[in-house]
Amino acid sequence: MSVHLKQDRPDTRNVLDKTRQGVIGAPLPRPEGLLKTTGTATYAAEYAAEGCLEGVLVTVPVVRGAVTAIDEEQVRAMPGVVAVLSDKRMTGRPAQGMAGEAPFQPAQEVCYWGQPVALVVAQSFEQARDAAKRLVVECRGEDAPLDPAAVDAEESESTRQGDLAHAMAEAAHSVDITVTTEGHASAAMEPHAALAQWDGERLTVHASLQMLKFNRAELADSLGLEQDQVRLLSPYVGGGFGSKLGVSQEVVAAALAAMQLGRPVRVVMSRQQVFQVVERRSETHQRVRLAADAQGRLTGFGHEARVSNLPGESFAEPVLQSSHLLYAGDNRLLRLEVARIHRMTAGSVRAPGEAVGVQTVEQAMDMLAAKAGIDPVELRLRNLPDKHPENGKAFSSRKLAECLERGAAAFGWEERPRAPRHTREGEWWIGTGMASAARVHSVVEAKARVTLRPGGTALVETDMTDIGTGTYAILGQVAGEMLGLAPADIEVRLGDTELPPGSGSGGSVGAASCGSAVFLACEGLRRKLAERLGINSDDLTLKDGFVRWSGGEKALPELLGNAPLDCVGHFEPGDSTQDLAVSSFGAFFAEVAVNRWTGETRVRRMTGAFGFGRVLNARTARSQCLGGMTWCIGNALTESLLFDPVDGHLANCDLAEYHVPVNRDVPDCEVLLLEERDAAASPIQAKGVGELGLCGGAGAIANAIHDACGARVFAYPMTPDRVLAAMPEG
Amino acid sequence: MRPFDYQRAERLEHASQLAADADTLPLAGGTNLVDLMKLEVETPQTLVDISRLPLRSIAEEGAGLRIGALVTNTATAADPRVRADYPVLARAILAGASQQLRNRATTGGNLCQRTRCYYFTNIDQPCNKREPGSGCGAIEGIARIHAVLGTSPHCIATYPGDMAVALAALDARVEIARENGSSRSVPVRDFHRLPGDTPERDNVLEPGEIITAVTLPAPVGGTQLYRKVRERSSYAFALCSVAALVALEDNRFTRADLAFGGLAHKPWHDPRIAELLVGSEPSLALFDRAADLLLEGAQGYGENDFKIPLARRTLAAVLCEASGVGA
Repeated sequence: MSVHLKQDRPDTRNVLDKTRQGVIGAPLPRPEGLLKTTGTATYAAEYAAEGCLEGVLVTVPVVRGAVTAIDEEQVRAMPGVVAVLSDKRMTGRPAQGMAGEAPFQPAQEVCYWGQPVALVVAQSFEQARDAAKRLVVECRGEDAPLDPAAVDAEESESTRQGDLAHAMAEAAHSVDITVTTEGHASAAMEPHAALAQWDGERLTVHASLQMLKFNRAELADSLGLEQDQVRLLSPYVGGGFGSKLGVSQEVVAAALAAMQLGRPVRVVMSRQQVFQVVERRSETHQRVRLAADAQGRLTGFGHEARVSNLPGESFAEPVLQSSHLLYAGDNRLLRLEVARIHRMTAGSVRAPGEAVGVQTVEQAMDMLAAKAGIDPVELRLRNLPDKHPENGKAFSSRKLAECLERGAAAFGWEERPRAPRHTREGEWWIGTGMASAARVHSVVEAKARVTLRPGGTALVETDMTDIGTGTYAILGQVAGEMLGLAPADIEVRLGDTELPPGSGSGGSVGAASCGSAVFLACEGLRRKLAERLGINSDDLTLKDGFVRWSGGEKALPELLGNAPLDCVGHFEPGDSTQDLAVSSFGAFFAEVAVNRWTGETRVRRMTGAFGFGRVLNARTARSQCLGGMTWCIGNALTESLLFDPVDGHLANCDLAEYHVPVNRDVPDCEVLLLEERDAAASPIQAKGVGELGLCGGAGAIANAIHDACGARVFAYPMTPDRVLAAMPEG
Repeated sequence: MRPFDYQRAERLEHASQLAADADTLPLAGGTNLVDLMKLEVETPQTLVDISRLPLRSIAEEGAGLRIGALVTNTATAADPRVRADYPVLARAILAGASQQLRNRATTGGNLCQRTRCYYFTNIDQPCNKREPGSGCGAIEGIARIHAVLGTSPHCIATYPGDMAVALAALDARVEIARENGSSRSVPVRDFHRLPGDTPERDNVLEPGEIITAVTLPAPVGGTQLYRKVRERSSYAFALCSVAALVALEDNRFTRADLAFGGLAHKPWHDPRIAELLVGSEPSLALFDRAADLLLEGAQGYGENDFKIPLARRTLAAVLCEASGVGA
């Protein structure tokens, strides 16, 4: 049995508010948590396979060129070396998220420094690694543009409405700033890894990937296989943050080696390779213009950005994504352009677009508030548009005003205007800042199968992944709520392409998309149960393994009998959001200390208030927000990909030199979850949460730096040298 | 990682004999060496494991303290005598690395820690330190973390450690066993070298020499500070650091032993700074003159120009904290 819904209309039934189990939204621990914290959850590289060979990718120190010769003989004579692969099907770049087709081939056409061009396979990892380092690859190198500021850019998108220049000229208050952000790495804890096995007809790959149905298509296309010849398994993924959206180089290489050698082959990227060859977030060069009347009401809004990518890549960091709808202003100019340069592929890194776009707007808003003498929270409240300021669509739901107000109250926001440098504790200037959060919402097609098993337990199955986000927990909760079962009575199986194809994890679509698929499957099961009783499913109450209706009560196992009952839920986005603007919103408040001598900045506390539709699990949702706020700290203060200006290589390619925040950098963070029901967003009234927590928060930290020490810094990350350079003396 | 032979030294003389071979390196905690071997930055043919030699104790020696070469960073930082009499050393050690690394890293190994220069650790880049004559990628490249004092046209790498900066301020000595069974002792201030035209040599150790201990002079009391400036608050190398032993009487400095990290190929110590400060009344103007001495020959390489004013400010911050000026 299956239930299919293409959601063309908002679902205002709020079914999950009427069911009785009481587990939806509850802060339940993740069922697999103990396995992960005790090291007994098995990740891609950790599977044992008999006779497994080890492969190591060979990269070349050339920014652009073509491989002309590979001297295999020398390394093939080394102990343990089994093969050197330079198959034309090897991929030099990862696939972009949801590409569903092979990424750029052949790998031997080099487009960025450190591109993998070959694979050395040996009996042991150590032998393969040494041989890979020694393999002599001859490459005909060419010069290539490396500096995004030094090349002509092509326009990616633009919106012009009214006359922004005129609005700026006429404005009572205006702001015009240029801000830069540096490239970011996903820096997931688990390196990219694959273990491939080929039985002559079918390929089975344990891999670390986020979106399996797309990844299967990408891998099959890369290899020239049919999709049904490929099985991918990713039951646990040690973080992805976008870098595992598309199939990456090690998966294709491991598969090719396994097919050629007829033995299992494992390929694990080194930490340096992860930094050098998977997707980066583009650096950005942004200009924000705000024009306002004397009361601070925006009359003009401008946001222009330049990003970069390799030639041939369609992705352009969507910096302006939420700028279209966050604030009012009749006269608008939004423009995104892409410079073609030769750094590794730019693609989705957690919250592409908003993660670097919102913070610059929020810096400009802070400056406007100061100029107009209006409290920054109040300025934002005054500029929330009634409707989408460009297309006039109504907002499906928007808790932004509540987030601003409740966040301010919880944080203890002190009203402005006030002059900076008002508080000093010893060597440290103390200040606070705030920012709005916004992240567009979307859902994608997803399927899940739910089986009621004799005995009254349930099984949820989908190829959806859990990348540390809490999928196992929330899908169990949706099913438990709908079927009246305790989460302990529900088994969730994920991360296997043999299971119904879910959405995959990416773009914050997973919970709402796969949660809806599970919801639909359970609706089907409820109807089946009701049919057995000869009643309408609306009259059914399922709780604690019992089925109740107006005429009586039965234990679920009794009603089920000896045969399992299953249903596949199939969710597809439809027209429900066609006439609406659908987005998640929030607000950040941060307190920082800036050292008056050294410019070192430490975040002392942070509050985030977020509204993203229905909360499916308050614990895992909070964790997502905390993770996002931690990214905000790294984004604001420390994270930066450093590219050599001479040959274009990435200089800081490990976790010692690419500075993600450490524990000590992350203070007590308070998260407020504002419950909301968004009927248009999904049948379970949920919107995306995963990425919202890092969309704007770096701006709150930047604004707090100004409030603390008077430095307006227009370059992220705000390292001590940059803060010092902008800090008034004294 | 290249295949290598492994030998375990049972006695010090044995270790010295083995280490005399140019292609042999001693292995203690391995926190730096093994990483560099994985990257094939270090490619020894033989490792001589000295970790079982009896060099693991901290003992009083004369009025001072003798810290065995194999005492872990964790053990040194936790030692009650170190904490009471040489707090700058404990503070410097705790400002470095992570607990896990400090549990493994040894006193001798830490002194021999190699630079974090991005070009040194990437074998596909030119580096005169790793491969003499290949050039320096950092001078025209990403030089953010590089040196501004004592550089040469061949190398602008920094010595990255913290412990040795405190040892330089304390005027500790390095005790070294030689291949012929004798030993010598070198001030920490002279142990590391400037790059000159032989940047491949980090320090004055000769083949076959093995560090056996660090000796600390009698405690001097006073205020002991270690200030480390970095982008994130832990697990980051110093952009600039200052180790300071400072004492005042009647509002005049009676001691001002300072050493600096993150600025040079070695922990930087300039005796003129103490000469200027001792006997003088603390003031911002005086601290500025001290910084003038420190930075007299400073040269930035674009990306690291900021280290010059940062060092000046960090020096002032430390002396203000120690003397109470500006509080």
